[in-house]
Amino acid sequence: MNPFDIQKIRADFPILDREVYGNKLVYLDNAATAQKPQVVIDAIVDYYTWNNSNIHRGVHYLSQIATSAYEDARETIRAYINAKEKYEVIFTKGTTDAINLLAYSFGEKYIHAGDEIIVSALEHHSNLVPWQILCQRKQAKLKIVPVNDKGEFIFEEFEKLLSSKTKLVAVAHISNALGSINPIKKIIKKAHERNIPVMIDGAQGIVHSAVDVQELDCDFYAFSGHKLYAPMGVGVLYGKEQYLEEMPPYQMGGEMVDQVSYQHTTYNRLPFKFEAGTPNVEAVLGLNAAINYIKGIGIEQIYRHENELLKYATNKLKKIEGIRIIGEADQKAGVVSFLIGEIHPYDAGTIIDHFGIAIRTGHHCAQPIIDHFKIPGTIRASFAMYNNFDEIDLLINAVKQVKKMFE
Amino acid sequence: MEVESIRIIEDQIIEEFAHFEDWMDKYNYIIEMGKDVPKIDPDLKTDNNLISGCQSRVWLHAEYKDGIVLFSADSEAVITRGLASLLIRVMNKQTPEDILNSDFFFVKKLGLKEHLSPNRSNGLVSMIKQMKLYALAFQTKASR
Repeated sequence: MNPFDIQKIRADFPILDREVYGNKLVYLDNAATAQKPQVVIDAIVDYYTWNNSNIHRGVHYLSQIATSAYEDARETIRAYINAKEKYEVIFTKGTTDAINLLAYSFGEKYIHAGDEIIVSALEHHSNLVPWQILCQRKQAKLKIVPVNDKGEFIFEEFEKLLSSKTKLVAVAHISNALGSINPIKKIIKKAHERNIPVMIDGAQGIVHSAVDVQELDCDFYAFSGHKLYAPMGVGVLYGKEQYLEEMPPYQMGGEMVDQVSYQHTTYNRLPFKFEAGTPNVEAVLGLNAAINYIKGIGIEQIYRHENELLKYATNKLKKIEGIRIIGEADQKAGVVSFLIGEIHPYDAGTIIDHFGIAIRTGHHCAQPIIDHFKIPGTIRASFAMYNNFDEIDLLINAVKQVKKMFE
Repeated sequence: MEVESIRIIEDQIIEEFAHFEDWMDKYNYIIEMGKDVPKIDPDLKTDNNLISGCQSRVWLHAEYKDGIVLFSADSEAVITRGLASLLIRVMNKQTPEDILNSDFFFVKKLGLKEHLSPNRSNGLVSMIKQMKLYALAFQTKASR
């Protein structure tokens, strides 16, 4: 593998050359969405320039080319997450769509009145609200694993919540708001002792770590393409065959059917049963290109680099008087959430933006965890492979300016 | 004292902002203006008076007295409080009709465009909308 060459990587992302308010863009909102390398942009352009056609339908040349490319992408993803079977990889619109699919289809089959579903206090709304609604629909109960003041999942509390009523555990791999890495391997093992399936929300996890679904032994793993340097509008739900086979389809339409008459319809085999309608082919091909790009650099090298950025940023921030880091889990990745004294995150964000620095402020679609810390929100800087130390210095300078303006 | 018309106050504000050479001066001025906001009575900082669609909590209240509208507001965020103050400076003590007829054109003129995008964090648009809703309610009540 080649050594990690930040200059070369930065040159692969054309957007990094643009200016914002006359300053060079510093993009530190990667937990919201990552920028795209040229190879991903090219994959989309090539598809529409040369190969656009509907897939799995036509016998004509273009349709066959497009179908092969689409199915090759599925194989790329299968190999990347080490799923046992290609048909265990279901394409969705994103993590939210994947979790909604699961909440509906798994819920229909396995959740009944009086059952319990466990989530953690760290969840993004996407891994909370679908379960909340499912529980209302089925008169089931949602149980929440609390976190400690460092923003860490409390394993002992999780163990206490497990019971014969528990039918599913759904937890984030990595918290989007705080960056805490949950002990998912331990969680899965513990739940499996009681034969309880586990779904991992991997929206952040897939970006900052190697994921091997067989080694983890998770029953479901959901992630989005767009945080993984791929286009928006594509995501993946990995699921173990035994569950996917038994679950009813989520959406009905073309592609997901086998035989249709006015009286009766039989469903197509996996994975097509869960892929109704024309999919987002361009985004799937973009995801294929993104994963190949990541493989060329090496996720371990990327993770190491991001971790150095995280440590550097955290240390520099802590040296500024009045800075409060929110979420100081021992195991952390990709994200530093903080507050500057009593300054409202919105005020800070408005000023930092004017330096051409993209950060996120607010509750990060994870209101319950922000409420846990009794704060109005945080300022969040999140890192990607292309960020460098100079950019963090620029952020630190902007934070100092904010302090000057408001204190 | 006779209250100046909305357009005259708008022109004054545009004139004041014209002196600023960079965005930081502009924001410093907005922050300063926040200190002059007619502060909402703490008892009125209720969920009812909260403006939705802002990243910081902002409360806006209005009363109708002798044919004119009296606004008061506050926010947790200093910039948002300044923006509220700016809007109130123009719209305070005006008639519901004048408020409803105003297109708040000074907001665009001040180059506060980033506060006008249909973004989830946005407060300014929601505040303007709420001011107009108050004016509409008072107008309807008065015409009965």
